[in-house]
Amino acid sequence: MPSHRSILPQRNGDSALREKLTRWDVKSAPYLYIAPFFLIFVATGLFPIGYTAVISLMEWDMVRGTGEFVGFDQYWRVLSAPDFWIALRNTVSIFLLSTIPQLVAAIIIAAALDRNIRARTFWRMSVLVPYVMAPVAVALIFSNMFGDKFGLVNSLLTQLGMTSIPWHTDPFASHVAIATMVNFRWTGYNTLILLAAMQAIPREYYEAATVDGAGAIRQFLSITIPGLRGTLIFVVVTSTIGGLQVFDEPRMYDHTGTGGPDNQWLTIALYLYNVGWGEWDFGRAAAMAWILFALILLVGLINLIVTRGLVRDDAAAVAENPGRRVLRPRRTTHDNARPVEEANR
Amino acid sequence: MPSPSKNVRRARRFSRPSPWVYLFLGVVLLASVFPFYWSFLIGSGDSYTVRDPHMSWLPGGNFWTNVDKVVNDPSVNFWRALWNSIYSSTLIAVSVVFFSTLAGWAFSKLHFRGRGRLLVMVVATMAVPMQLGVVPLYIMFSELGWTGNIGAIIIPSLTSAFGVFWMTQYLRQAVPDELIEAARVDGASSFRSFLTVGVPAARPAAAMLGLFTFVSAWNNFFWPFIVLDRQDPTLPVALSLLQSGYFVDYSVVLTGVLLATAPLLLLFVFAGKQLVSGIMAGAVKG
Repeated sequence: MPSHRSILPQRNGDSALREKLTRWDVKSAPYLYIAPFFLIFVATGLFPIGYTAVISLMEWDMVRGTGEFVGFDQYWRVLSAPDFWIALRNTVSIFLLSTIPQLVAAIIIAAALDRNIRARTFWRMSVLVPYVMAPVAVALIFSNMFGDKFGLVNSLLTQLGMTSIPWHTDPFASHVAIATMVNFRWTGYNTLILLAAMQAIPREYYEAATVDGAGAIRQFLSITIPGLRGTLIFVVVTSTIGGLQVFDEPRMYDHTGTGGPDNQWLTIALYLYNVGWGEWDFGRAAAMAWILFALILLVGLINLIVTRGLVRDDAAAVAENPGRRVLRPRRTTHDNARPVEEANR
Repeated sequence: MPSPSKNVRRARRFSRPSPWVYLFLGVVLLASVFPFYWSFLIGSGDSYTVRDPHMSWLPGGNFWTNVDKVVNDPSVNFWRALWNSIYSSTLIAVSVVFFSTLAGWAFSKLHFRGRGRLLVMVVATMAVPMQLGVVPLYIMFSELGWTGNIGAIIIPSLTSAFGVFWMTQYLRQAVPDELIEAARVDGASSFRSFLTVGVPAARPAAAMLGLFTFVSAWNNFFWPFIVLDRQDPTLPVALSLLQSGYFVDYSVVLTGVLLATAPLLLLFVFAGKQLVSGIMAGAVKG
């Protein structure tokens, strides 16, 4: 007997054939409904991933469309190329410079939007405007603003009496510029996700904390941040996946698009493109794709553990025992201060 | 007994915040829109504007000349790119919405063997980076003779794991099971009850998913850049061509940026509210 739970009512008058048809409909329909996703995924996702693994073990011949098996040679070639390590350094550097300031800014902006502001929808929409812009477009605007000689940023710096910064020759400066593009586009998006989570935090916590004499910053650190735990983990992990694949911005940062004359802003994804579609070396590009995937998994995992560790104690308290335990740390620290504050009012 | 001061403080959080909050949000707003104004500023000048140390903060008079240059640049194929972007993004959005609603309906409301495990598989596919499949995808499409064809960017995007997950989450709480049973009792086939019960209930989430998919399809660059012909690009690919070559006229490039972004900005003006509330609703809470 099939184990599916039938939601069909049994009716006496129906013919056997019709009942059979209906049963078949109920049994097979779900599979038909999910089939398109899995078919497309197998053809354009799963199969290519496996195929990438195969190609990465080969010296691929573009003309013949097949390869010669060379084992892990391509991986060793990738890992022994100095360019790869420069690209890895650049990727991690740009990733850190974009993710950390972006999330800090997103939390602060979300906290401002979480207040009882006027024209709330207007403000919410305004932070999302950069998100609708293509990364390529953002990159073109910002690489212009970060121009070495005539860029807006440098002319402002010189007007303020500072020296201009070589945005396109110094590696770190170029990372800052590229990270700025990423931050510009994604901060608003993350702000809204974090704002949604903030609004789910019960307002009574804040009321109780106010009664207990906790100030705005204290409330933010002890209620808001721990309350965001799950969402923070989600946002950190998704920005890891996206941040380590950064391609559009470094590609468009100058007119040659190869990652800088000394690979100053060559990222792994850009390097993969240069190897695959510049040198037409598909075996090495495929090996690099797997290395990039391993890197994403590794950094994603580290970030997951770090984020969980950083916002743990209070969050667990909020989740398990709302209302009571959450306020305890504050009570112990503020009990003595309270009468004083009360007296001051 | 609550003292009056307590009540005052209780109310404080729900009263209007100080002007500093508005000032802060105003700065954020400026930062969000300044790059657009900057593109217009450069885009309305000429090729020397960028190098002018005393550049005016008011737009120049060259905007339409530059528009003309972008639109008629033979190496960029602007109209072709615009059409390709509209066509592919619309098709992808419609297809993702339809198949995600269908799959989300099955995952949330129908009972079948392996449902839980299959849903976990769907979610797991979201972590796979595009780069992991591009080499074989490129080989596959060139074997088929489809490189340079807009179909090569549409087909891999026809469904989306995020979409399936999103619709599953939404439909799970949006449709009471009794409603489906009622449709069943009335003799509706499985697909008919999807159409009469599922589709109307899914509408708000579908609108959001459609917008979201449209925006990301429109802005997608990596794969189209690899697989499309330079003569038959989408807008981001066309934009990338504006900057190739040694003498880059930034007033033309940034005019191109504005032209490529304008359709999405228009869409955002009309549907941004929905997009915002969709993102707000879709966040992982708690």
